[in-house]
Amino acid sequence: MALLNLREINKKFGGIHALNNVSLTIGAGEIYGLIGPNGAGKTTLFNVITGVYLPSSGDVEFNGRSIIGRKPYQVAMTGIARTFQNIRLFQNMTVLDNVMIGTHAKTSAGPFGAIFNTKSTRSEERLIRSQSRDWLDYVGISSQTDYLAKNLSYGDQRRLEIARALATRPKLLALDEPAAGMNATETDELKLLIQRIRTDGVSILLIEHDVKLIMNLCDRVAVLDYGQKIAEDIPSLVRQDPKVIQAYLGGDLP
Amino acid sequence: MRLIAQRLVKKITSNKRALLLGYVLLFVALAVLPFLLSNTVGRTWVRILDFALIYAMLALGLNIVVGFAGLLDLGYIAFYAVGAYTWALLASPQFGLHLPFWVILPIGAGVAALFGVLLGAPTLRLRGDYLAIVTLGFGEIIRIFLNNLDHPVNVTNGPIGINKIDPISIGGADLTRTHEWLGISFSGVHIYYYLLLALLIFTIVMCVRLENSRIGRAWLAIREDELAAQAMGINTRNIKLLAFALGATFGGVAGGLFASLQGFVSPESFGLLESIMVLCMVVLGGMGHVYGVLLGALLLSVLPEILRSTASPIQQAVFGDVYIDPEALRMLLFGLALIVVMLVRPAGLWPAPRRRAMLDQDVGRD
Repeated sequence: MALLNLREINKKFGGIHALNNVSLTIGAGEIYGLIGPNGAGKTTLFNVITGVYLPSSGDVEFNGRSIIGRKPYQVAMTGIARTFQNIRLFQNMTVLDNVMIGTHAKTSAGPFGAIFNTKSTRSEERLIRSQSRDWLDYVGISSQTDYLAKNLSYGDQRRLEIARALATRPKLLALDEPAAGMNATETDELKLLIQRIRTDGVSILLIEHDVKLIMNLCDRVAVLDYGQKIAEDIPSLVRQDPKVIQAYLGGDLP
Repeated sequence: MRLIAQRLVKKITSNKRALLLGYVLLFVALAVLPFLLSNTVGRTWVRILDFALIYAMLALGLNIVVGFAGLLDLGYIAFYAVGAYTWALLASPQFGLHLPFWVILPIGAGVAALFGVLLGAPTLRLRGDYLAIVTLGFGEIIRIFLNNLDHPVNVTNGPIGINKIDPISIGGADLTRTHEWLGISFSGVHIYYYLLLALLIFTIVMCVRLENSRIGRAWLAIREDELAAQAMGINTRNIKLLAFALGATFGGVAGGLFASLQGFVSPESFGLLESIMVLCMVVLGGMGHVYGVLLGALLLSVLPEILRSTASPIQQAVFGDVYIDPEALRMLLFGLALIVVMLVRPAGLWPAPRRRAMLDQDVGRD
């Protein structure tokens, strides 16, 4: 069953056609890779899916319902969580606080509950705290709970972003270049983490420059070039596609 | 030195009995403070203390908007004005209305909250400098309205202000007059002191609980990174409006108490300088830290008064004449103090543990 269904998405910024009739489908339980040269429109597509941009035309269906026009926070509440290409953690808050904010979408305590410290607020708060610790454990940074987010190592910041996104309880986790800046060991650990997340029932959309990671990890891969989808298939076939080779290496085909 | 102090604090706070004793001592000290003051330096100082408590409440309200949610509001005094005028209009000869305080207080809070939302709604997309300019304008608009709403229909009495505002009275007992309970004579300023102290403690509890709640975390998230906050499912519009409304509510309540204590309100009490003053209390004390803001508010409202009362006598004693007007000296020293604090302690006198941890960890890294 299709979890996410993009139909003929167009996005224009003035004269620039950033996305040109892009259609793609991500199935439940799938790891779907999205690659393409710099400026191909990957992040733009990401922002369309997560409600940051409104597409010029086309439709985004999630879980059988159109989510076009929904605000980013509404998209997050319907079950699409994301990380950012240039890490956007709450820098001056602790690691635990970061994940606790991730639970916002699925919790409900309001200002009056907080002011009067009601029983339901207290028990919800306990739950948030223990769940958040579990998520830190899940991504493997539970020893850093009380550090400020900005003092974590680069790889751990990426992990924290994933933990924070998972705390929103998504059905689809969209990762924007999670391996950027990671060394080989960290990338391998990331691969294992992503596989585990999928095993636990969350589908994954992965934008990545690390072609090896994409080829090893993804069930299917789509390639964007100049805002157009030029290929979509299983990794081993995409790798041999002449159009993909041309897009990456440039020049005419022999 | 600092380490010893930290250990001492830890030792005391980890011992429940010591902590309880500390609270009892603090409570007793706060309870006898007004009598101590009125019997040594005079009753004026109890009044100054009353105003300090009102300012503390005001600063804590602004701290929600500026400190927690990170929305720079330069027109905060407008909510104080709205609260004060609501009280003045509903409990004075102006319209012949004399509602009891327990009716006016929630009305004042509600009206101020409404104004908070009114200011918040159009400024949701703005941040930083741009928000500061719009809120500054809003503050001035409110003041100018109050100044000019004496015609065509006289609502606010214009620049003359509203006089003879009812004091708070409980069971027919006017709280600004002297009463004798249990053989002790309480004057109006004493009674107001206890009333304001109780309200301030309530305010502090509310602020601390809010900060450590789901809503408080959402505010901090917006302050840190609005786009990331949205990606976490935080409805930034509503959460920001909530910050404006709650901050305004505190301001409105403080304004109402000010009006009832003073017995008189006029637009000139609500100028831009007052807004800046309250902002200084927040920044100087430690933005986002409830106790730091409290410290900032108490310092900035009491120290200038001490200066005012000592500057002339000291000059008289040393030079035989008064060369510098205390008022001018006050602003001079105030400006100097701000510069020094920002140079030496950029996060404020008593920053939030979070921010302090941030600075400490940074130092540890270098």
